[in-house]
Amino acid sequence: MTTERDNINSEAPSLAADLLPAAKPMFKKQRGSKTSPLKVILLVILALALIAAPIIFQGFGQLLLIRIFAIVGLYIILAMGLNIVVGYAGLLDFGRMAFYAFGAYAAMLIGVPLAQALGPQLGGWAYVVSLVGGAIVSSLVGFLLSLPVMRLRGDYLAIVTLGFGEIVRICLQNNFLGLSNGAQGLPRTGQTLPAPPGLDWLKMNVYFPINDRFVIEFSSNVYWYYIILILLVVAIIVVRRQDNSRLGRSWAALREDEVAAAAMGVNTTRAKTWAFVLGALWGGVAGATFSYFQMVASPETFNFFNSVLVLAIVVIGGMGSIPGVIVGALAIQGIPEFIRWFAQNFLSGAASGIDKTVSNYRNLILGLLMVVMMAIRPAGLIPSKRIKREIHGAGGSDGSTRVEGDVLVNGVPAGIEGATPGGGEGA
Amino acid sequence: MSETSTATTHLVEAKSATIAFGGLRAVDSVDLHIDAGEIVALIGPNGAGKTTFFNLLTGIYTPTEGEVLFDGRSVSGVKPHVIAARGISRTFQNIRLFKAMTSLENVMIGRHVRTKSGPFGATFRTPAFRREEAQIQADAERWLEFVGLSQFANEIASSLPYGAQRRLEIARALATEPKLICLDEPAAGMNNKESAELNQLIFRIRDELGITVLLIEHDMKVVMNLAERIYVLDFGKLIAQGTPGEIQANPAVIEAYLGKGADAIVRERAEAQAAAETDASRGSTPPNASANDDLLESDGIIMTPPNAQAKEDA
Repeated sequence: MTTERDNINSEAPSLAADLLPAAKPMFKKQRGSKTSPLKVILLVILALALIAAPIIFQGFGQLLLIRIFAIVGLYIILAMGLNIVVGYAGLLDFGRMAFYAFGAYAAMLIGVPLAQALGPQLGGWAYVVSLVGGAIVSSLVGFLLSLPVMRLRGDYLAIVTLGFGEIVRICLQNNFLGLSNGAQGLPRTGQTLPAPPGLDWLKMNVYFPINDRFVIEFSSNVYWYYIILILLVVAIIVVRRQDNSRLGRSWAALREDEVAAAAMGVNTTRAKTWAFVLGALWGGVAGATFSYFQMVASPETFNFFNSVLVLAIVVIGGMGSIPGVIVGALAIQGIPEFIRWFAQNFLSGAASGIDKTVSNYRNLILGLLMVVMMAIRPAGLIPSKRIKREIHGAGGSDGSTRVEGDVLVNGVPAGIEGATPGGGEGA
Repeated sequence: MSETSTATTHLVEAKSATIAFGGLRAVDSVDLHIDAGEIVALIGPNGAGKTTFFNLLTGIYTPTEGEVLFDGRSVSGVKPHVIAARGISRTFQNIRLFKAMTSLENVMIGRHVRTKSGPFGATFRTPAFRREEAQIQADAERWLEFVGLSQFANEIASSLPYGAQRRLEIARALATEPKLICLDEPAAGMNNKESAELNQLIFRIRDELGITVLLIEHDMKVVMNLAERIYVLDFGKLIAQGTPGEIQANPAVIEAYLGKGADAIVRERAEAQAAAETDASRGSTPPNASANDDLLESDGIIMTPPNAQAKEDA
């Protein structure tokens, strides 16, 4: 008996390693550690197609499509950040555009004076600094926002983030602190934004005709298409790694059962803060790139409707699923643009005005698609396996967990023992 | 600093711990202590405040009066994850596994508090991060093996049989390397075979790992077999404490469970049954219950105290 009592106070760092025999490894296939050859081949084909896409589109005279793809890419990056907050950590955020805006405006405020200081030779590199600066500013804002909303969840959090998004937009519109230049946005009249690094050189020196139709050459749109593609690949790798780690597991635990997660030693405050910060970071990256791509940052881009669209990308694509987010962005951002593109290209010859009519109804068509989607695939187009289980499996007990969590968070006790509904007590 | 004189300080010490929800004192001036290496049970009718006491101990609630000390330090107002780091882990009355995760992932969450990699390591897959991930997985596998759930490692937690889910919760709690594990009705919903296995597991937790055990349990067979000391709560108040033998003979306890006057009937029946079984099954070893345990368990006394409704009105 006494030896046991001594043991308890001289615990070694890893109890399992000390006291238990080594178990046979029973978890050979870690998530994402090995991919099948078929998957590799498909990925290579996809990569080649994405790289070749601008040349092909240019060959067919569809320059607008390159631009659309670049914008969709930005929305994927933006939604990837939101996916951390909503999909992984389970926190509802209706104000995503605020982080996009912080990224865009920070990039402008950093980039324009910096480019002037660097001179015409090096001015282009201001984009790189702006990109990092936009990401840092946006992350910082994410951190600051996480402080007051730490105790909120669900609908309450949604309302606060919605308000936050609108406040940011209205501040920008009203030339807050003289920084944002009101409705005109940045850069101010007379100021110019330099071309990003290498663009001028690429425009001058790259010209490789393949045949009469297809030519490898650079324009601003093609350039940004590739930049966004690179950023997107980086985002996918980084977010995947973060999800598939100790931090990612803590997000999943937080999302499923905050009380149990805390009791098992997960610092829920820290996990939420990281979700906000790392989610905001991609908002900043996308925003900074967007402002350089458009060569302007103005408040009307960062409206509530766009915040909802980003959330819709995550929800419709499949919360917590990166392929889902990509497909979701293609659907939500792509479908309206493609409808417009289709109307302009193929209906303009028809009865006068029909192209405009179809084009104007594109959001209606999108809305219909969303309703149908939610009815037939509630977990999203390409749901994450785990979230699919959370939605379909485990039934009512999952709900009861959440209710009890809410009650606790609001400081009202969940009742005396056994009062929690749907438990296994009487089984 | 935790290596100091344990002979004098208790591992857990509640000093008139009280929590009031409005006018209801769910835990009312409870004084109790648990020493390192003990197996202690907390029993009482439904609504007596047992789980609420667990919640005080694990930081989900903060006592409105009095305090609870763990390892000589107060846990009042300390966040649950900090308490987990200090060495208290628990299971839940209505199983709270991460249902959509695999068994192994559930246990890996338990390793959280003893590991430290952050987003930087995760993003750049530093050597330290890789080493720690491998270690977390290896440790989690060992804990699954310890509770006998290796074959379920890659199964989704909610797909496990009920008894296995309870064991998985224990594995998850053990993975935090606690000094004290609080088990909230671990045998609820288990058949005889499962609860006998559970008994063995709990003894192994104490004997092989040296972890102190505090358990809430309605199954008297389990309680009487396992517990070295028992505390009895009723209406949030501590009404009795002692060894299993003392508790079974305590009139206040019988009254709490069965109502006034019941102790006489129980005693009569106990004597009758004991007489009938004097020469039978005395020499048998645990986990078989003694005659008195059988008595308390029979007639469904344990699960359905007749005065439960009366208590809720109060």
